[in-house]
Amino acid sequence: MLKIDNLHVRVAGKEILKGLSLEVKAGEVHAIMGPNGAGKSTLGNVLAGREGYEVTQGSVVYEGRDLLELEPEERAAAGVFLAFQYPVEIPGVNNTYFLRTALNAQRRQRGEPELDSMQFLKLVREKLAVLHLKDELLHRAVNEGFSGGEKKRNEIFQLALLEPKLAILDETDSGLDIDALKMVADGVNAMRDPQRAFVVVTHYQRLLDYVVPDRVHVLAHGRIVRSGGPELARELERQGYAWLDAVGQQAGAGP
Amino acid sequence: MNAVTPDSGLHYVEDFTRNKASLPGRQQPWVVALREAAMRRFLAMGFPTRHDEDWKYTSVAPIERGRFLLSSGQPRAVDKPQVDAQALPGVHLLVFVDGHHVPTLSKVDALPAGVSIASLATLLERRRSGIETQFEAAASYPSAFAALNAACMTDGACVHLAKGVRLDAPIHLLFLSVTYGLAAHTRSLVFAEEDSHAVIVEHHAALGTPVYFTNTVTDIVLGRRAQIEHHKLQQESVRAFHIAAITADLAEQSRLISTSFALGAALARTDIVAKLNGEGAECSLDGLYVADSRQHIDHHTRIDHNVPRGTSRELYKGVLDDASRAVFNGKVIVHPDAQRSDAAQTNRNLLLSEHAEIDTKPQLEIWADDVKCCHAATVGQLDAGQIFYLRSRGLDEETARALLTYGFAAEMVQRIEHPELRQRLDGLLRGRLPQQLEAEVLS
Repeated sequence: MLKIDNLHVRVAGKEILKGLSLEVKAGEVHAIMGPNGAGKSTLGNVLAGREGYEVTQGSVVYEGRDLLELEPEERAAAGVFLAFQYPVEIPGVNNTYFLRTALNAQRRQRGEPELDSMQFLKLVREKLAVLHLKDELLHRAVNEGFSGGEKKRNEIFQLALLEPKLAILDETDSGLDIDALKMVADGVNAMRDPQRAFVVVTHYQRLLDYVVPDRVHVLAHGRIVRSGGPELARELERQGYAWLDAVGQQAGAGP
Repeated sequence: MNAVTPDSGLHYVEDFTRNKASLPGRQQPWVVALREAAMRRFLAMGFPTRHDEDWKYTSVAPIERGRFLLSSGQPRAVDKPQVDAQALPGVHLLVFVDGHHVPTLSKVDALPAGVSIASLATLLERRRSGIETQFEAAASYPSAFAALNAACMTDGACVHLAKGVRLDAPIHLLFLSVTYGLAAHTRSLVFAEEDSHAVIVEHHAALGTPVYFTNTVTDIVLGRRAQIEHHKLQQESVRAFHIAAITADLAEQSRLISTSFALGAALARTDIVAKLNGEGAECSLDGLYVADSRQHIDHHTRIDHNVPRGTSRELYKGVLDDASRAVFNGKVIVHPDAQRSDAAQTNRNLLLSEHAEIDTKPQLEIWADDVKCCHAATVGQLDAGQIFYLRSRGLDEETARALLTYGFAAEMVQRIEHPELRQRLDGLLRGRLPQQLEAEVLS
C-alpha cells in the first residue's frame, strides 16, 4: 500500500529525514517510535502534503501512485488521513458542517454520490455508537475550546467517518489520560481492517499496549534504525532511547 | 478649522434653495428656521477634506462632485414583492423609498399601548410634535453631513416607547434607494423611556445598482434602565455613497446594543457616538465590514464615559479582499469623573489580498484613575495551518479559504440574538464569500 524509499526531507533548510525507508501493507499496523526531534512528525506531515516540507531525495509510492505529486486534498480523497498531533481550531465553523463538507468533498473527488443531511446524520450516529462517543462535540465549532482529549477524540471520530485506507496517527496519544487513551485505542482497533493500514507515530509504548502493532520501527536521526515485532516496543520502554546516540554517531559517520 | 474651498458643497446649497418649498414642515416656522440654520452651518463647514483628522483616510470628493439631487417629490413606484424580499419576517416594517416613507409598502402590526412609530415627515408638518427639543439638542452638528441632513431631511422614523413598554417584534426600517442621481437625507429618532425595550433594524438597500447618495442620521435616547438594540445593515448598491451618523445618549443603567454590518456601497462612512451619561450605563458596539473590488468602508466610533461605573464593549471585524480599503477609528474617552469605568475595544482584520488595505486606530483617552480599560487591533491573513488542516480532510484550497473567512466573520453574526436577523446576516455573509457555503455552517 505504502512504500517509502530513501526519503530525504528538508524543513526550513535543515535536513530532518535522511534516507527513511518503510513499507506498509494493507491490514498492517506499524508503530514508529523514537525520541523527540527524530523526525516523527515530519514523516506524518510530508505524507499528508503540508507545505514547507521539501523532499530532496527518495520516493513515496501509495497504491502505485506517486503520493508526493498529489495535493493534500487529493491525498485525502485517495484515502490518506493524518490525525494531527495538534488539531487546529476553526472558530465559527460548525463541526458537523465541516465533517460533512470534508466527507462530501472526498466522495466528489472519488466520483461517489454526496450524502445529504439525513444520510450523513445516520452515518454520524453509527460512528458515534461504534466509538462510544457523545454527540456534544458535533454542535460546537471545529475544535474550538476543546480540551486536548476532546481534540484527539474528534480526530478519531473524523478517522471513523472518513474511513481512510491509510491512517497516520501523529502522537495521538500524547497528553491523554488513560480513559482518553483507551478511547483512542478502541477507535483504532474498531477500524482495523484487512484493507486498511495504520502508521502509529508515538513517543511512548503506552498506546501500543492497547493497539498492538504488527511492526515496530525506531526512527532516529532521520532514518529507521531498527525494526522488529511488538516486543521491540517493550524493549524500548525498558531501555529508553539513549542507546540510539551511538547509532546516530554511526549513521552520521556513514557515506 | 476646515479648509473650505470657495464652492465646497455649493451645488447642495443651490439644490436646497430650489427645493425647500416642497420639503416637509414648510409651514412650521421652527422647521423652516432649523433647516435654514443647518444649511448655513453646512455652508460654513463645507465638505470635509483629507486635511481633517477625522477624514484623513476617506475622501468624500466623489459625493461633492456627484451633485446628487434632493428627492423632494413623490417616490417612484416600487413592486411590493421586491420590498417583501428585503423585509424580515415578523417585524413592524417601515419602508422608505428614495428617502420617503411609503405607507402602502409598510406594515406595522398592532402596537402595544405606549409605543408609537411615525414618519418624520408627518411630525414635521405638525405645530407641536415633541421632537423640537431633540432637534435643538442636536443642533451643534458634528459634521457637515449632519448639518446637510438637518437642512434637507425628507423623512425617517420616529419611535417612541413609553415607560416600561416592551416591544417584542423588531422594528425594521427599510431604506430603499431606486433612483439614479438622488440624495436621500433621512433622519430617525428613537426615544426609549424608563425600562422600555425595543429592537430596531436600520437597513439600507437598493434595487438594482444605481449611483446615489444616502446621508442618514439616527438619534437614540435611552431613559433609565431602557434597553435598545440598534442593528444597522448597510447593503447599498456597489456604486452608491453612504454616510451615516448614529448618536445614543444613555441614562442610568440603560443598555445599548449597537451593531453595524457594512457590506455594500462604493464608499461608506458610519459614525457612531455613544454617551454614557448615567451611572451604570452599558453599551456594546459590534461591527463587521466586508469589502471587495475597490470598496471603501469607514467606521468611526466614539464612546464617552461621562459618569462613573459605565461599561463599554466594542468588537469590530473586517474582511477585505481585492483592492478594497477600510478604516476603523475607535475612540473611547473616560472623562475625569468616570471612575470605575470598564471599557474594552477590539478591532480585528483579515486581509485576503495583498492589495487590500486597513487603517485601524484604536484610541483610548483616560482621564480618570480607577478604571479598567483595554484595546487591541490586529491585521492578519488566513492561517496556513488552518488551511492545511482543512485540505488534509479533503477540502480544496478555495473551499478551505472560504470556510475560514466565514469562520472569522461569523462570530459577529452569532452574537445577534434575534434568530431571523441572525439568519439573514448569515446568508448575506455566505453570499459574500468567494465560494457559496451552505446554510448549516454556523456553529
